[in-house]
Amino acid sequence: MEENKKVYGAGMRGGRGGGGRGVRSFEKPKNLWGTTAKTLKYLGKSKFLLIVVIICLLLSTITALAGSYFLKPLINNYIIPGDFKGLAVALLILGIIYMVGAGAAFLQSRFIVKVAQTTTNIIRRDLFDKLQGLELRYFDSHTHGELMSRFTNDVDNVQLMLESSLTQLISSVLTFIGTVTMMIILSPILFIITAIVLVIMVFISMKIASKSRYYFKNQQEILGELNGYIEESISGLKEIKVFNHEEHAKKAFNGINEKFRVTAANANFLAGVIMPIMGNLNNICYAATAVFGGILILMNRFDVGSLAAFLQYSRHIGQPINQITAQINNIMAGMAGAERIFEVMEQKPEVDNGNVTLVNACRTPDGSLKECEERTGLWAWKHPQSDGTVTYTELRGDVRFFDVNFEYEPGVPVLRNVSLYAKPGQKIAFVGSTGAGKTTITNLINRFYDVNEGRILYDGINIIEIKKADLRSSLAMVLQDTHLFTGTVIDNIRYGRLDATDEECINAAKIARADSFITRLPRGYHTVIRGDGGNLSQGERQLIAIARAAVASPPVMILDEATSSIDTHTERLIEKGMDALMAGRTVFVIAHRLSTVRNANAIIVIEHGQIIERGDHEELLALKGRYYQLCTGQIELE
Amino acid sequence: MVKRLFAYIGQYKKYVISCIFLMTFDVLCEMMMPFLMAKIVDVGIPQKDIAFIARVGGLMIVLALAAIGFGVLNMRFSANASQGFAANIRRALFDKVQSFSFSNIDYFSTASLVTRLTNDVTQMQVMLLMSLRILLRAPLMLITACFFAMSINLKLSGIILIAMPVLVISIYFVIRSAEHLFSTMQQRLDSLNNTVRENLIAIRVVKAFVREEYEKLKFKKVNDAFTKAAINAGYLISLAMPVILFILNFTTIAVIWFGGKMVSTGTMGTGELIGFISYVMQILTSTMIFSMVFILYARAEASAQRIVEVLDAKVDIADKPALPEGGITPSVSSGKVEFRNVYFRYGNSVNSNGSANNNGFNNKMGKDVLSDITFNIESGEIVGIIGGTGSGKTSLISLIPRLYDVTAGQVLVDGTDVRDYNLKTLRDGIGIVLQTNVLFSGTIRENLLWGNENAAQEEIEEAARNAQAHDFIMSFPDGYDTILGQAGVNLSGGQKQRLCIARALLKKPYILILDDSTSSVDVATEAKIMESFNKNLKESTIIIISQRISSIKEADKIIVLDDGKISGIGTHEMLYESNTIYREIYDTQQGGLIL
Repeated sequence: MEENKKVYGAGMRGGRGGGGRGVRSFEKPKNLWGTTAKTLKYLGKSKFLLIVVIICLLLSTITALAGSYFLKPLINNYIIPGDFKGLAVALLILGIIYMVGAGAAFLQSRFIVKVAQTTTNIIRRDLFDKLQGLELRYFDSHTHGELMSRFTNDVDNVQLMLESSLTQLISSVLTFIGTVTMMIILSPILFIITAIVLVIMVFISMKIASKSRYYFKNQQEILGELNGYIEESISGLKEIKVFNHEEHAKKAFNGINEKFRVTAANANFLAGVIMPIMGNLNNICYAATAVFGGILILMNRFDVGSLAAFLQYSRHIGQPINQITAQINNIMAGMAGAERIFEVMEQKPEVDNGNVTLVNACRTPDGSLKECEERTGLWAWKHPQSDGTVTYTELRGDVRFFDVNFEYEPGVPVLRNVSLYAKPGQKIAFVGSTGAGKTTITNLINRFYDVNEGRILYDGINIIEIKKADLRSSLAMVLQDTHLFTGTVIDNIRYGRLDATDEECINAAKIARADSFITRLPRGYHTVIRGDGGNLSQGERQLIAIARAAVASPPVMILDEATSSIDTHTERLIEKGMDALMAGRTVFVIAHRLSTVRNANAIIVIEHGQIIERGDHEELLALKGRYYQLCTGQIELE
Repeated sequence: MVKRLFAYIGQYKKYVISCIFLMTFDVLCEMMMPFLMAKIVDVGIPQKDIAFIARVGGLMIVLALAAIGFGVLNMRFSANASQGFAANIRRALFDKVQSFSFSNIDYFSTASLVTRLTNDVTQMQVMLLMSLRILLRAPLMLITACFFAMSINLKLSGIILIAMPVLVISIYFVIRSAEHLFSTMQQRLDSLNNTVRENLIAIRVVKAFVREEYEKLKFKKVNDAFTKAAINAGYLISLAMPVILFILNFTTIAVIWFGGKMVSTGTMGTGELIGFISYVMQILTSTMIFSMVFILYARAEASAQRIVEVLDAKVDIADKPALPEGGITPSVSSGKVEFRNVYFRYGNSVNSNGSANNNGFNNKMGKDVLSDITFNIESGEIVGIIGGTGSGKTSLISLIPRLYDVTAGQVLVDGTDVRDYNLKTLRDGIGIVLQTNVLFSGTIRENLLWGNENAAQEEIEEAARNAQAHDFIMSFPDGYDTILGQAGVNLSGGQKQRLCIARALLKKPYILILDDSTSSVDVATEAKIMESFNKNLKESTIIIISQRISSIKEADKIIVLDDGKISGIGTHEMLYESNTIYREIYDTQQGGLIL
């Protein structure tokens, strides 16, 4: 009956994204005990339920064992002598045992579902919350796919481990011990046969498992190659068509496809071959037991009832062994997943020692600032001093760099001795080759990264002293890669300022020149965007991203290649709208297109992490330096 | 749908048939066991016939050994069959996808096509493997176990007739509610994963707008919703197991009660009773596994449907079945292009097959992207196309190599309607550099050879020189053998564009189309590329889309597009005089740049 449980469980779980039976994993955590301790800490929250689960497990295992043992008295004491009254009573007792067993099984699986799901819920949430607080450097060094698989594969494996592997392992071990004990009680001599077969079983299954591991690894490698080829050729399908390259692609695909077919068939074979071997060894054991049991009965050293019970046990002795090997594999995979999850959770979070905060302010009659509750449109930096007093500085958007040095990786300087200033009301543009450090400068202003040397002052305050959240909410950015979220267009715009009204969002869209295309969408502002706006063009996504920044209406705006996919005509219209919005505030612009930066108050030319020229368009042209060369097309912006 | 795909088992059918035979033998061997055991208990023991016991026992061991052989072979063949099946489907899908038109590609998104070729095919493979290993076993076991049970005792077999329907009905109810619960769970899992994915991709946006707490709250909501659904589904399963155990166990009790009576009246042997119990268990277990078939097939059905959808997709652009009157295959010979009253809109042919669009919506659909386009390009001319975002520039040039078909009107190349060409011939005559600039993993040389696989090194270098790519290629240590892609060198946008141009040039096309292909190339280099076109590609017709007026100013003819209509055609001077849109674009770009 154990078999039923196994098959049923596997069938129902198929939909959870797991590969089902065909795929096995052979993974091991690096630090098993440390990870176990941490996992137990999570489980500790459901201590009480876990105890209930273990009691139920014990009960259902014992009732199953007792059910089989009952055959002996049933046959010997009632059926053979023909005592029907006794039989009825005995069957009633058996019925009760079965009921208790079924009840225990029900409670056990119900509670473990609850334990496993609530535990993984907390793990997922902790993981997500933790990620929100990590430094950008962490995201630079880990791909999305990699972090994504913490949430999918790894949490799945933990969940599988908690929900079924652990309980099945415990119940298999209990069943195995119980079965062996019962067999020894029934007949130590017959058990010798079973023991011999068991040793053979363990030996064979270990042999096959190690071979299987090798083929599995092989299969995974070629699967990677195959999926990679599919991915590439489908992403580049339009190119293939344009170059009449279809036949080549088919041929190359066929080669990999065939290679995978052969390897995968081998891996599948080895993963499955253990089943018939173990099953039939069990049958051999059964046959040998029947023969020797029969002979023992003839020698009057055994009875039919005991033989029936013994055969019941012997028939199922192989199953707990198969289960134990399978479940240990699953648990190891679960632990390896848990270990990777904990690795993320133990990352150093983004440090934030700032104590300067941003508050709504209003002016007192004597002209100084004071904090006030309501949104006044006037903001101030609240700066607690060491002597306990608090000073207020008006938020204006004055940004200054003093001899800033920065490197992403030690020994590879990205910015060298950068000093610059941007006064409120100015538009500052950065021009330079890819990799010159333009985006890096803006990333330092909002403290995505911290400077290695030098200082950045914001309204006269060193930005290290400002709380990151407050610093960032005083800046709005439109990033090089525009990203949108699943949700309506208007919600995406509102992301810039959560309390913005619909009207404010639509106004922002108008400034960004996004209004006209949005109103042409099937449901206008309430059209749902999916898959990072995959059904919008790059230009349209940029327009929404600009609207999102515009609705925030911050004192400082950073536009990083924000209009690269928008035609110059529309760009000019947006610029006009933005100029009106940002009047008296600071704007940083990074653009590849020189026409985009022409109207800036100051154009800063950066090469190899250093500022080489600064001035407005006319001044820089007069200088006949790098900017002049760029404009006249004498050098290349790469 | 699953059934239809079975045709793809093809040459691996022999393995499937062998599996069925092997499994039959295997099941027979296994099913003999309790029967033989009953003989030992009921015949051997009472008659004290040790020789009989040993003989029967020996037979059991021989059968078990044979079963190992059958089982192992079955594992081998089922693996071969299922992987072969998957390989065939994958190949059919890949071949089909290669025949797709651009409309087909737009309709199925790239990501969804990849999923169909990977996950969905794997689902089919697992389905066949499971069928051949476990599920097919169930009906065989069911039949043989019934046979043996009835041959032991016909009357007692009546119990099976009661137990089986009860079991089937219980399972039916579980499955029915499970399907619903699991699909809710799956939906919520998707939205959970989607939330995480979007958050990770847009982490800079999240941080820049200080939306960490907002995101945490958003995640908590989807996370809790998923957990709730998962617990509900789990509860149902936790109910299912005990119910099934209950049915199985009470059937055993019934068998012992009625069987016990028969044993004591002598109409049945003790061994037969023990054997009978084994058979009843086998029957009920098999029934249960058999019902799993439906679950598995329901799952596989969804994948099969997605696969069949691709296989059945109507490819709207294909060669004409027969040659036009006269029997000569037209070929591109000089590079004249003519548009006659062309109208075009996306998605009018492919989406008509009624299935839901994966994209949710497509704002390009249903609206004329081009209307009433008429113009003429002489062979050897250089033509520029300019216009705002979404004005239809890319759509227009896509009609020339027949990447899409016109909705109304005609596109002619060298006087012949493009629909009358053999597709391969037409596209061989046209070189096009798409906006996407896709290069493939492999060396630079391998990528360039796409243009002409037989090109000699001199030809490759010539094309690279014309595209101003030779110098930067040679600046890499491995030159033309530099490996591109994840494992190799990362190219800048401008370098990529120049490689794509070189690749198209290697085709030596009659018509060369550049779709905004120099946007990341600096003005000076672009000018050099244009110069080499003027010098070395005199024969070719060149059509250039650009957002930069500087790229096309010198063209023989400039077409100004506005909202899908031609707003003006002429030289730079003419348009600057007469066309307001052109003048406006020119002025906005002109201001700062000295050209």
